[in-house]
Amino acid sequence: MNKIIKLFNQKSRNILSLFFTAGYPEADSTTEILEAIEESSADMVEIGIPFSDPVADGKVIQDSSSKALLNGMSLEKLFEQLNVVKDRLSKPKLLMGYFNPVMQFGVEKFCKRCSETGVDGVIVPDLPPGEYLAYRGIFEKYDLLFIFLVTPGTSKERLKEISGYASGFIYAVSSYSTTGTSGSSALKPEDVSEISAISGLPVLIGFGVKDNETFRQACSISSGAIIGSAFIRSLDNSPHGIRQSVSLFVNNIREEGD
Amino acid sequence: MNVKAVADKNGYYGEFGGAYIPEMLYNNISELKSRYLDIINSKEFRDEYMQLLKDYVGRPSPLYYAGRLSHHFGTRIFLKREDLNHTGSHKINNTVGQIILASKLGKKRIIAETGAGQHGVATATVCALKGLECIVYMGATDVERQARNVTLMEMLGAKVVPVESGNKTLKDATNEALRDWISNPESTHYIIGSIVGPHPFPDMVTRFQSVISLEMKSQLKEKTGSEDPDYILACIGGGSNAAGAFYHYVENENVKLIGAEGGGMGAETDLTSASITTGRPGVLHACKSLLLQTTDGQVIEPYSISAGLDYPGVGPLHSYLHARGRARYYSINDDDALKAAKQMIELEGIIPALESAHALALLDKMDFNSNDVVVVNLSGRGDKDLETYIKRFDDE
Ligand SMILES: Cc1ncc(COP(=O)(O)O)c(C=O)c1O
Repeated sequence: MNKIIKLFNQKSRNILSLFFTAGYPEADSTTEILEAIEESSADMVEIGIPFSDPVADGKVIQDSSSKALLNGMSLEKLFEQLNVVKDRLSKPKLLMGYFNPVMQFGVEKFCKRCSETGVDGVIVPDLPPGEYLAYRGIFEKYDLLFIFLVTPGTSKERLKEISGYASGFIYAVSSYSTTGTSGSSALKPEDVSEISAISGLPVLIGFGVKDNETFRQACSISSGAIIGSAFIRSLDNSPHGIRQSVSLFVNNIREEGD
Repeated sequence: MNVKAVADKNGYYGEFGGAYIPEMLYNNISELKSRYLDIINSKEFRDEYMQLLKDYVGRPSPLYYAGRLSHHFGTRIFLKREDLNHTGSHKINNTVGQIILASKLGKKRIIAETGAGQHGVATATVCALKGLECIVYMGATDVERQARNVTLMEMLGAKVVPVESGNKTLKDATNEALRDWISNPESTHYIIGSIVGPHPFPDMVTRFQSVISLEMKSQLKEKTGSEDPDYILACIGGGSNAAGAFYHYVENENVKLIGAEGGGMGAETDLTSASITTGRPGVLHACKSLLLQTTDGQVIEPYSISAGLDYPGVGPLHSYLHARGRARYYSINDDDALKAAKQMIELEGIIPALESAHALALLDKMDFNSNDVVVVNLSGRGDKDLETYIKRFDDE
């Protein structure tokens, strides 16, 4: 069974998913961060594929993305790194990135490599349902869950349309913004219940979740949250190495959580 | 062969186009998509648009028979004088259309991206005209290079935001404008400056620019006895002036359509903007088209002496016309564009924009018959390029 589905079968509250950019801060940080997350009490991990033009991202992820590219990061390298650590990792993994690098790599080849390296799902924010349709069969063939975003502005009608394609969970964007916003969440508890009721899927909240307090707020109305920018910033500040920094970060988030 | 200049309902021209938008932009794009055709085809819109084009922009732009240039090339050359428009280029045809549309959609805040500043000035101008708030994103490098246009935009009441991300040029300004739109979906309309971006922008901007070839038909009829020229030449940045100049002739195979890309230091070098000549299909700014990119799919920073051609992609319509062989595209290097500009100044007393000089440089690459009718779309005037001209003409 797909590990993402298994996770949500076993756990329906306080799910913590961490996002970081592959190849940041150093080219070979990817594997170290993945192993640190494996040892932590985080539940799931999203690995960002760096892109030169990340239009849906705020400054922190933009900067990590350009640094990763300067470090020589690429999809090919990422799959090589994943291949090295895949047997040591048991938590569900997703790749998240913009469509162009995937398209140039080849969608079928991308899916095949994902399934060979233990990737369970993908998030491609600029491949909305209308364009996804052309590739749906390929993602399904390799048992990759394709995760869709919804926003505070998503209408009921649109939600129904998205639900026709969605699997795994729904990624609920908390506010009208790019990633790493400091603004407060525009999602109300009833919005989340509606998303869940219409899609029949669990909901994770992302964009702007950054600390213990915002994590608990998100968890109070949904199955859990995704933390990206704040996690990446914590990696910049790891005097005792990445492992300790990740463990500290997760413990802070989890305090009084579980 | 059934090649058309309009997108299908999903915004595709053959395999190119589409709307690769993050969900955050869905409401804006779907509102535009469902309403733009009804609005721009309504009588109320047409009346206001045509009136403003006539009395505010100064249309129709003249079609000028360039006698000395014609003599030099041994053929009949006409210049479509978009340089004589208010604000000095074709960009205003689009911004006038989009500002009326934005008002009809009830938007109060306008954002735009700009490279050279021509589209920024044209947007700031129509915002002043309508009393709407205007924010222009401009790469920090371009803010420095194009100080005069920054002053103009600010004088017109726009706020110019220098973009510090990426390479700090047009591509990054476009990224930042899209991010602004994601963050302000309800209040804001994004006036994109060329036939790029997600559907329906390429189709919509093409329609606003199509007035160029509409006028050409009657002007040519009057001057040559036939609506149809043998050639239409235009420069290609995102491709909007060329799309406007080609539009009414795309289905008429007797008319040869030729585009000039910014070759920079040469299409075979790293310093080029020739995305049709050397690019591969890819997705940038929510649109699938030919794109300058690495094998990993990272977008390559383009280069051209002309800031208006300095874009790594191109409108999906041109990728399609290229793929179907309906139009031909040449890469024109900096030096050839400069030479063509100088020749134009000396022979006709017209100082062209550096972008337009690329279209003029095509004249030297073609083999014309003496009775051919050749139209060059003179997309803009050269005031903004004075410094470059002074410097480079002196070097020679
Ligand atoms: C005078 C002029 N011509 C051409 C262009 C290129 O744009 P497009 O290819 O959309 O016409 C620009 C862009 O700034 C311009 O200012």
